[in-house]
Amino acid sequence: MIIKYYNLRHRYLDLLFRGITKLSAIIVLGILIAIIVVLFSGAFLAIQKFGLGFLTSSEWNPVTEKFGALVPIFGTLATSAIAMLIGVPISFGIALFLTELSPPWLRLPLGTAIEMLAAVPSIIFGMWGLFIFAPVFADTVEPWLIDNIGAVPLIGFLFQGAPMGIGILTAGLILGIMVIPFIASIMRDVFNAVPSTLRESAYAVGATTWEVVWHVVLPYARVGVIGGIMLGLGRALGETMAVTFVIGNAQRINTSLLMPGNSIASALANEFTEAIGDTYISSLLYVGLLLFAITFVVLAISRILLMHLEKREGIKI
Amino acid sequence: MNDPDIAKKKRLYARRRFINRINLIISMLAMGFGLFWLGWILFTLLSKGLPAMTIGMFTQTTPPPGEDGGLLNAIAGSLMLTTVATLIGTPLGILAGAYLAETGKYSWIAVVTRFINDILLSAPSILIGLFIYALVVEQAGHFSGWAGALALSLVAIPVIIRTTEDMMRMVPDSMREAAAALGAPQWKITVKIVFRAARIGILTGVLLAVARISGETAPLLFTALNNQFWSLDMNGAMANLPVVIFQYAMSPYDDWQRLAWGGALLITSGVLGLNILARIAFRKTH
Repeated sequence: MIIKYYNLRHRYLDLLFRGITKLSAIIVLGILIAIIVVLFSGAFLAIQKFGLGFLTSSEWNPVTEKFGALVPIFGTLATSAIAMLIGVPISFGIALFLTELSPPWLRLPLGTAIEMLAAVPSIIFGMWGLFIFAPVFADTVEPWLIDNIGAVPLIGFLFQGAPMGIGILTAGLILGIMVIPFIASIMRDVFNAVPSTLRESAYAVGATTWEVVWHVVLPYARVGVIGGIMLGLGRALGETMAVTFVIGNAQRINTSLLMPGNSIASALANEFTEAIGDTYISSLLYVGLLLFAITFVVLAISRILLMHLEKREGIKI
Repeated sequence: MNDPDIAKKKRLYARRRFINRINLIISMLAMGFGLFWLGWILFTLLSKGLPAMTIGMFTQTTPPPGEDGGLLNAIAGSLMLTTVATLIGTPLGILAGAYLAETGKYSWIAVVTRFINDILLSAPSILIGLFIYALVVEQAGHFSGWAGALALSLVAIPVIIRTTEDMMRMVPDSMREAAAALGAPQWKITVKIVFRAARIGILTGVLLAVARISGETAPLLFTALNNQFWSLDMNGAMANLPVVIFQYAMSPYDDWQRLAWGGALLITSGVLGLNILARIAFRKTH
């Protein structure tokens, strides 16, 4: 009798516990769906009014209530592209150093130091970028770029104008630094997951360290590497505070990367609290929805590529 | 083998070694490149922030331009927002993590939630701000500390879920089986065995989540906003360190900018300290 009662009680508690944990998981799904619904319904007015032309119009005029997202879309894509050009090779170098070159006792402290770069709040990157980095950049690198590359045919137009310190290039560079820890730590993990027999066989036939990494480790780990790059890209596309400080917030597209521009996230950060009128607010939510769609796709690809990796390895912090 | 052939092979070998040397040096430079920025940023924070770290920064509230003041209301506001966000996010995160690791493991809900959670983990936090603005602030008609805390909790939840799941999965199945063999029901296995075995790891996740949200600015811009005055009312706009730092840094006033650097140093040392603490706690047990 007592045992029966005990069993019954625990059966109910089991059901209850399972129900509560399941509900919590469903709430997380609900949050994502709610974000999509809320952004979409908020943006509905602007979607109705501007349609897909919103994506190709560069007009952004609160007075006449005509809005188009081309400038911030361009800024977001341009800064993220620069960030990838800088972040990916550097991250590869760091991962190579941490997995093949570094003496074992240095791996942990150096790896942690690079991961600390990810822990620094983005607003700090922004302040440092605006007050410390931008002036130095404007005095040293930018004049050199203008003098030496500005006149080169084909790519020269990217580096023309006045050295102001802030602009698309500066924002891209700082984003590049910010994505390094994300890409580098995934690359390190996927390099470490390459079976050591493969490495050892390559060394045994006389390959140099570089040849082992370039011809054996990298091809084996390429899916994970691309996943890591996509994760970094997702971070770069949505980064707000650091970009807001240094991009210059100009509502036009310049061919020169030294000129100020705007990104989706920084447009939201700067304008949303001051936006007046339904169309204006709705248009900002529309660009927010676009950002959500872009980052969702990029991050989803990254997840799918990294999925096979998770099954093999445990957790790392 | 004749002589020219050997010379050719030697040249090839020298070339391979040269390429190897160059690329390894570049890799070392890349490592230095990464550390260089961290060093530069930390140096800037210390040199600009330390002079601003006075007693007044911790005892006075945010001043109007040109007057003496500190960051007391912003520090208090940040502590409150972070605490409330953690209190909302932790139970939900741990329970959902338990579903992914234990009760629901292979169900389709768990598979989808895992996927979505990993995306939310890296999703732009400014969109969380927009979402809470539309959901809470617009409906209530005013900015509020509750909205800010809710936005922060949405940033914290994915971090907690992810670490909770990973940590619970590290608990060996033999422990679960041993408990089941003694007749323990599932809830008891999860709560009394698995939670207990993974508690340091789960705590690590909570610490990482706290570290992550205490530096977040973007989700607070449209939710908690800012408040120039001393206020602990979660129903009204609330001062908080990140937004105060943002506004003061962008201002043209020298003393505001100085306070911003002081706040920046405070927040960064807090976040990095929490991160290191979480790592030490994790390493000690695993």
